[in-house]
Amino acid sequence: MEAKTKDLWVYIETKEDGSAKSVGLELLNPGRDLADKQGGALTAIVIGEHVEEAVRAASFYGADKVIAVDGPEFKNYTTDAYTAALYYLIEKYGPTTLLIGATPDGRDMGPRLSCRLKTGLTADCTALDIDTESGNVAWTRPAFGGNLMATIICPDFRPQIGTVRPGVFKKKPSGEDKAEVHYEDFHVAEEDIHTRLLEVIRDAAEEIVNLEDADIIVSGGRGVGGPEGFKPVKALADVLGATVGSSRAAVDAGWISHAHQVGQTGKTVAPKLYIACGISGAIQHLAGMSGSDCIVAINKDPDAPIFDVADYGIVGDLFEVLPALTEEIKKLKS
Amino acid sequence: MNVLVCIKQVPDTTEIKINPETNTLIRDGVPSIVNTFDTYALEAAARIKDKNPDTKIVVLSMGPEQAKNALKECLSIAADKAYLVSDRAFGGSDTLATSYILSNAIRKVEELEGKFDAVFCGKQAIDGDTAQVGPEIAEHLKYPQVTYALEIEADGDGFKVLKEGQDGNQVIAVSAPCLITFTKPSFDPRYPTVRRKMAANKAQIPTLTAEDFPQIDRERIGLKGSPTHVKRSFVPEKKKGDLKIKEDTNEASAIKLAQLLNDAHVI
Repeated sequence: MEAKTKDLWVYIETKEDGSAKSVGLELLNPGRDLADKQGGALTAIVIGEHVEEAVRAASFYGADKVIAVDGPEFKNYTTDAYTAALYYLIEKYGPTTLLIGATPDGRDMGPRLSCRLKTGLTADCTALDIDTESGNVAWTRPAFGGNLMATIICPDFRPQIGTVRPGVFKKKPSGEDKAEVHYEDFHVAEEDIHTRLLEVIRDAAEEIVNLEDADIIVSGGRGVGGPEGFKPVKALADVLGATVGSSRAAVDAGWISHAHQVGQTGKTVAPKLYIACGISGAIQHLAGMSGSDCIVAINKDPDAPIFDVADYGIVGDLFEVLPALTEEIKKLKS
Repeated sequence: MNVLVCIKQVPDTTEIKINPETNTLIRDGVPSIVNTFDTYALEAAARIKDKNPDTKIVVLSMGPEQAKNALKECLSIAADKAYLVSDRAFGGSDTLATSYILSNAIRKVEELEGKFDAVFCGKQAIDGDTAQVGPEIAEHLKYPQVTYALEIEADGDGFKVLKEGQDGNQVIAVSAPCLITFTKPSFDPRYPTVRRKMAANKAQIPTLTAEDFPQIDRERIGLKGSPTHVKRSFVPEKKKGDLKIKEDTNEASAIKLAQLLNDAHVI
């Protein structure tokens, strides 16, 4: 497909209540730079039900235009309805570039959409730029579990599409709310949606572990020694208002559920502060957390690779360090 | 029931090391394995077969001749039949071209093995980490998809899938035929048995080449059929360990750390 405009689109993922998820608003920040370099407008695409709040947020965080699709069939994400809506909009308006948050739903929809458009998609990007020679977007992403970075371009097909990892870019308010808003009248028939949400299982015994949106994560690994060893980890997380994470070793040992796992086979996170307790720092774990703003490592082994990525490290016994750290932070906070 | 499982042979990324002199990946001597997430897809198919013993499990892989070893491993674990898709013309394919070739291969295998009720894939391969080929195959085949599946069971004319979600797990009903990608479940995949292993070693694995897909559009495969190109690749710079705190006691170190974090306004 040929681009009809030089506009750059950012897909704003919404929650069930119609408000915007953070990642879409984050992407308006690098989207601004790329749109300016490409010489087009920055357009936010909002899909959901009762999306007024998300539309306002997109405008507030810097979109020039907002195109919204609103309807009951979009209350919960489905591959079929959302892909159909974005495909329709892209065919109609022809943007040159599309950014999608690399959330589970974004990574479900992205390949479906790019395949229908027969264009290129770059997954899970951690850096965005314009290739100066060709004017294409240069999408940079990790591969081989974070061992290798690759910069990818899509020179001959439009739109060029990438999913971008949440937490890599920061939201930047524009201070204004003046986007031109357009509601597109588009609907998907029920028989064209081939999946049905029967039930959401929220384990009553366990709080919902939302690692992706956490500002602070305190993680435990093999060094905590057993399920009991997560107690001081949890205590520190409580005083910090943090979410508890874990390495694969602790999950595989059955000390904590997989929902807490950070790393290649778990969640990819980028909080403001990541405290790794008794985690050696296998490359698969580092791949899931090395984008954190500030990393603290507490480990007995001075040669643990986690210290290579840490901003602050303590070589010592976590069962002595954590209670003292928790007490001191309590004092500082009061 | 007829289930196709797509698998990829990958280097074991846990064994990859960086050459500190050249700052490049050392790939020599790194063992090849069945992509971890694909083993979960195979296990899900095996569990369907546990309940419905007349289920046939076919595994399919695209790659060089050597990928037959990965297919044999799947035969030794749970698969009944295996096919390799291999041709020089397929080399250099990105995810879009790969999924196009695989969707053609799936149609071809269906001619030989009967229609599939479901196609299972791993969530992503641990070398490329794109998580794109599964949904793209689904799009080529016009199948509904469910990604990040943990468990699945046959349910009437379709399937019931337990899917990992951000706000709790979801139970999704999907019609057949469909494509499902699997992430790590709460259980470990089964091991091969000695008897199956011996049979797998003797198994003949047919190779499908571009000649087997006469209708395939040659403009859409290989390097020239791939919309994305790798411009450059590099080993990420390691952030140097900045500050090790070493006071007389662990408690004193902890207090120092709390103050540093407080001064840096991160807590």
